[in-house]
Amino acid sequence: MTQPLLRLTDVGKSFVGTNALEDISLEVHAGQVLCLLGDNGAGKSTLIKILSGFHAPTSGTIEVDGQPVVFKSPRDVSAYGIATVHQFGGTFQLMSVGRSFFVGVEPTKGWGPFKRFDKGLAGEIAVREMQSLGITRVTDGKRLVGSLSGGERQALAIARAVYFGANILILDEPTAALGVKEATHVLRIIMQARAKGVAVIFVTHNVLHAMMVGDHFAVLIHGRKADDFHKGERTREQITDLMAGGEAMADLEAELAALEASAGSTGRS
Amino acid sequence: MTVQISDTARPAAAGTSSGRSLRNLTYRPEAGALIGTLGVFVFFAIFGGTHFLASAGTAAWLNVAAELGIIALPVGLLMIAGELDLSVGSVLAASSMTMAIVSGYWGAPMILGIVLALGVGVTAGALNGLIVTRTNVPSFVVTLATLFGMAGLTLGLSRVITGTTSVALNPDPGSKAVFGTLIAGQFEVAILWWIVVALGVGWMLQMTKYGNWILAVGGDKESARAAGIPTNRLKIALYTGSGFGAALVGVIQTILYNGAQVANGQSFVFNSIIAVVVGGVLLTGGYGSVVGIVFGTLTFAIVNQGIYYTGWNSDWASFILGVLILAAVLMNNTFRRLALSHAPRSGKKA
Repeated sequence: MTQPLLRLTDVGKSFVGTNALEDISLEVHAGQVLCLLGDNGAGKSTLIKILSGFHAPTSGTIEVDGQPVVFKSPRDVSAYGIATVHQFGGTFQLMSVGRSFFVGVEPTKGWGPFKRFDKGLAGEIAVREMQSLGITRVTDGKRLVGSLSGGERQALAIARAVYFGANILILDEPTAALGVKEATHVLRIIMQARAKGVAVIFVTHNVLHAMMVGDHFAVLIHGRKADDFHKGERTREQITDLMAGGEAMADLEAELAALEASAGSTGRS
Repeated sequence: MTVQISDTARPAAAGTSSGRSLRNLTYRPEAGALIGTLGVFVFFAIFGGTHFLASAGTAAWLNVAAELGIIALPVGLLMIAGELDLSVGSVLAASSMTMAIVSGYWGAPMILGIVLALGVGVTAGALNGLIVTRTNVPSFVVTLATLFGMAGLTLGLSRVITGTTSVALNPDPGSKAVFGTLIAGQFEVAILWWIVVALGVGWMLQMTKYGNWILAVGGDKESARAAGIPTNRLKIALYTGSGFGAALVGVIQTILYNGAQVANGQSFVFNSIIAVVVGGVLLTGGYGSVVGIVFGTLTFAIVNQGIYYTGWNSDWASFILGVLILAAVLMNNTFRRLALSHAPRSGKKA
């Protein structure tokens, strides 16, 4: 078994009075997609914040490439090759594609007082990197980010992360705000990144999307890891049931059936 | 006369890269501002007649534009970065009183007064920046507080030191020539300062990485910080810049009018914001250009002065400005929407 790129061992996080996360152990390998499933409030966001350096875990250890690490800041995290892409791409709507791709790491040309931001190069690279992820409709680096579709914005953010050396990519609900067609775009991009040897953590509550691209799955419920399995080991129904908290679902079903029975008499179907 | 006009429009054109097609222009932040400037110019050329178009008329609005522009440019940068600076009025008053007291009332060398006046501006700006970044109190409130605080401080100290609220100054020919002379008897030398500031600020915003940082911070502060931009230092630097701009105009006015009054400069507080907003800068930050701010400044100055050439009651000037601001912002919104729906230029849709 190869060394995982990222390993969490018994990671926990408690805020005053409440345990947001308890005993989370996960492994992510290069060229694999780990799907982190969970309902709203299951602790996905807390875990992402720990992995992107905004929160420090209260217990447990994090290892990158076999070395234990402590993240001090979001910048620190990116130095370890970990990048997080948020739901809306975390990009700058009114900046051009080229400009936003290189925010904070602008390429320059010229010297001394005439040193200037090489916007031409920035646009070229941004477009090229997006195209390498299969986005062919964006051909002009001067286009405003806000004029891109949701999927294209995700692609821009993912391309940016990969270009700047991220080998662990955390995608926070990348498909949640997208239509069906755009979502398949993003899933394709996830597969592209996977093929490049990137370890992807795909955070979602969409079981269907997760099953299409995932190699490995972890389900969070109330801050704990409820299940952990490989591709093909569970059916979609099993996962959905688990996520929704099987019993709660069964209760709800019974309740709805009862409602329907009583509603039938009022004439509302 | 036409030569005169195209000549005076030159500072406005500074920083545009030539050869852009008209179609592309509509996708730029300054598109609305350009139309606004041309519109009010034609309007007052028609209703103001030859007096407005004569060199005295041109000087009237150009002088107003220059002084306002030197302040509006750095204030505009701040607004692109998502922050406001209302304190410029009092910074101007404080620095011009500093200069008048040091070099006029106390009779110290002119250069000392100039340096101290600019120092007051830079210090006040840095202080604004420090408070805004350290406390996370909205900059509107912070700079509103410094606007009032510094106005009181200037009034109080001036009265304690000189016993009066207006101090005369007798500038030497050298500083008069650099800051306060009238070229051809009509055009303030401040116009040249404005051009210099516009070129410098335009270069920075458009051509350097710092410009990219400013746009990014205004667009999404958290993402910008996550991308490694020192957002706090950047903002402090920008506030220092607007303090410097206000102080520079303070120096210019003090030398031009041979003295200073504690009530100087308060009109710049809102006028600078008007110039910037009319110039296409998004009030919430992340979008704008120096060319736009220059056009916005020109538009403001033309309306502000043009009314006197129409023969109408000048009471209506503010009304026209109010309508203009609203129209300009609506137009800018439209152009921004156009820019956001800008499809690939090659036109090939896959």
